[in-house]
Amino acid sequence: MAWIALEKRAEPSLAMTFLSPLLAIALTLASSAAIFAALGKDPLPAMHAYFVAPLVDPWSLQELVVKATPLVLIATGLSFCYLSNNWNIGAEGQYVMGGIFGGGAALAFHQTGSALGLPAVVAAGALGGALLASIPALLRIRFSTNEILTSLMLVYVAELLLDWLVRGPWRDPRAMNFPQSVAFDVKVPILVEGSRIHLGAALAVLACCAAAFLLSRTMKGFEIRVIGQAPRAAAFAGFSPARATLLVFALSGALAGIAGALEVVGTMGQLRPSISPGYGFAAIIVAFLGRLHPFGILCAGLLLALSYLGGENAQIMMKIPLDATRVIQGLLLFFVLACDLLVLHRPRLARRATA
Amino acid sequence: MPGPRPAPGTSDPDPVYTAASMSDALPDSAAGTGGARQPRTPVIRACGLSKRFGPVVANDRIDLAVGPGEIHALLGENGAGKSTLVKMLYGLLQPDAGHIEWMGRRAAIAGPSAARALGIGMVFQHFSLFESLSVAENVALALPRGAADGLAGRLAEVSRQYGLELEPDRPVHELSVGERQRIEIVRCLLQDPRLLILDEPTAVLTPQEAEQLFATLGRLAGEGRAILHITHRLDEVRRICSRATILRHGRLVASCDPRAETPASLARMMIGADADALRRDEAPHAGGAPRLELRGLDLPAPSEHAVALSSIDLVVRAGEVVAIAGVAGNGQSELFSAISGETPAPGAGDVVLSGRPAGTMGINARRRLGAAFVPEERIGHAAAARLRLSENAILTGHALDDRGGGWIVDRRGALEHVDRVSEAFDVRKGRRDPEAASLSGGNLQKFVVGREILRDPSLLVVSQPTWGVDAGAAATIRRALVALARRGAAVLVISQDLDEIFAIADRIAVIHDGRLSEPIPAARMTAERLGLLMGGAHARAEA
Repeated sequence: MAWIALEKRAEPSLAMTFLSPLLAIALTLASSAAIFAALGKDPLPAMHAYFVAPLVDPWSLQELVVKATPLVLIATGLSFCYLSNNWNIGAEGQYVMGGIFGGGAALAFHQTGSALGLPAVVAAGALGGALLASIPALLRIRFSTNEILTSLMLVYVAELLLDWLVRGPWRDPRAMNFPQSVAFDVKVPILVEGSRIHLGAALAVLACCAAAFLLSRTMKGFEIRVIGQAPRAAAFAGFSPARATLLVFALSGALAGIAGALEVVGTMGQLRPSISPGYGFAAIIVAFLGRLHPFGILCAGLLLALSYLGGENAQIMMKIPLDATRVIQGLLLFFVLACDLLVLHRPRLARRATA
Repeated sequence: MPGPRPAPGTSDPDPVYTAASMSDALPDSAAGTGGARQPRTPVIRACGLSKRFGPVVANDRIDLAVGPGEIHALLGENGAGKSTLVKMLYGLLQPDAGHIEWMGRRAAIAGPSAARALGIGMVFQHFSLFESLSVAENVALALPRGAADGLAGRLAEVSRQYGLELEPDRPVHELSVGERQRIEIVRCLLQDPRLLILDEPTAVLTPQEAEQLFATLGRLAGEGRAILHITHRLDEVRRICSRATILRHGRLVASCDPRAETPASLARMMIGADADALRRDEAPHAGGAPRLELRGLDLPAPSEHAVALSSIDLVVRAGEVVAIAGVAGNGQSELFSAISGETPAPGAGDVVLSGRPAGTMGINARRRLGAAFVPEERIGHAAAARLRLSENAILTGHALDDRGGGWIVDRRGALEHVDRVSEAFDVRKGRRDPEAASLSGGNLQKFVVGREILRDPSLLVVSQPTWGVDAGAAATIRRALVALARRGAAVLVISQDLDEIFAIADRIAVIHDGRLSEPIPAARMTAERLGLLMGGAHARAEA
């Protein structure tokens, strides 16, 4: 009986390094079509509404950049964590905490007209994200706690803190009892006139370039990669895994926090009980789809942004439930990880050995 | 089911398994009766098995026969070819030449499942158990589909019958190493093997656990099962084995009755009688400045299965090669990381480098004092598999390199270092700067040794410098180590290869159970004395 055997490759396949994300995307599209069909929708128009329509409309293209901005910022930070074998799953919480700190800074500078308002928002966002991210890092260093669990659980802490703030102390008294803060007068500069593309988009590209430089040219980046690939060799090189863990978590939290602060102050203009459609989780997919490489992440961020826009579009045009977006994002991560097997392994048809 | 008792699933009541036929090979008498005699067809016979890996001949025309009821020792140092031989018997490797006979008939063993179908069971040194599952679940997973019915009962029966105490419902992560090994053995026994292969089973056991294992093996042999026991512990071979096959450098050097031998004679066979012939003239060393001093170094075991170091004293002087011999797992890796600084010592004065107390320093501070290190494992420790050679050069060189202010990677400098190492040590590679994993073992070893030697260290500590390396690369590395010492560096070699030790060492010490013997000049060390020290005997014993 014939079956498929996997042989280990001597060296990672360069072709597969680039092909495997494309293959994953193709498989995701095929499964999405099947899911649309199962929902009783005609797959072709559904696919068009989901994956093509947002790309042919100028407004949607701008929105693509708006949605990709937080994804790229967060995923760039996450790539440092994943490269060094630190499993930060709580970027969503760090993003929310950044939104809280950034929003708090915007409130503090409200009606002061100070030019320091914007830098304070960015710095506070970075601080908030980094502080929250340091908790799982310190717990792991001190008590060997599983950082996957602790970082994930802190997401809910951050979300509930935000919820309490906008319903309690930070609620705008003139908001007709709606749980939301005042509309900030600290503004984030808009880059493209008439759109919602703000300074954050430039920061995201800058973060990618800085990350690329850090990883390929600096000793710190080298250290991060060695610690992830070969912990004993890293110890032999004299690198401290504890310091690296704290650094990558803080860095990752800071970038997620900046994303949250800019989203709250720039895109939304006020704090509300919910400030994220799951950017922090989708960024995990972005990081892996982008092969943990800064420029790959840039492309993957746009693709995931498309899945958000497509989901909204398909809901309006085809009445496909918005939850389908989460399903498709999940499928994408699943296929990305599965296809990565092909980078180090070669599939081969084989006959089963005599049992 | 095992043994004389008929049980569901047993196909043929082979006469070999009747209690009567085994009366002369009961547990304790298995070690007492004439094992040299082969009363019946061997269960398994290897005829002229050869296996070659690239330039290395791992097995060269090996003959081996294990009879029913026999506990047969397969002896040899690390790299002697024991693992290769049993992997061929278990179908994990196919021989390049020679064949295997099973119960007197020629058999091709295509893979482990074919081996199990014949009746060969193997217990590996590294267990394959699921930590979160229970004992019974782990056993069930290893059985063919449908064979897991009524497992708990059979498990209990086998456990009782062979003294392999196991609680079926305990999760594996709660169990000791000895208990985990029992699961592996029980898994094999449930398949009713006629030949049981154990790969260095006692290497991971406490002495008490080893005693229990020996009792079990005696019972199994008493039922007429053949047992192939791979080890390098001479005392246990003489206690429980009735036959021993000794390999050295891939060749069969002796087949004997270990009970008729002394530990010294067994050690000589393992080491090779020609060890003396390799000895060099005494080196023109002596009197160099001390480059490495260990002063009463005590280090508790970092984990359950590691070895504690106790009051280790050693001085290595400029100009000499000192070698530390010893059987694997007697504290070599713990000693290496204590000297390298990967495990800092309790006191600064415990490790002294070129006169400076360095015990509490990290590895890079020690490198800045002129020390260089080559650990035993090439991939994963000395080098990272998926990094390029230039990046691997940075791995150990970054502490000494202040170009780029210490925080920008000096890629050009690293690449030039790779070129120099490749040139001087003839490192063969497909590209200028390939990933470390793409190099052959010998070439990567030349790289990791050359990487340190070309930095001109005043002290080089190297563990297993030529393990698993072809003869040409080994010779290059050994010459380079001696040349480094003659240029005025101190060289400390930790090795299990006694030929190597005699070839390059000026003084030799032996590590056993975390203690280091007094180093003696190589000219005064005999293979016999060395063998005894390695077996844990004190120097005064029958030398």
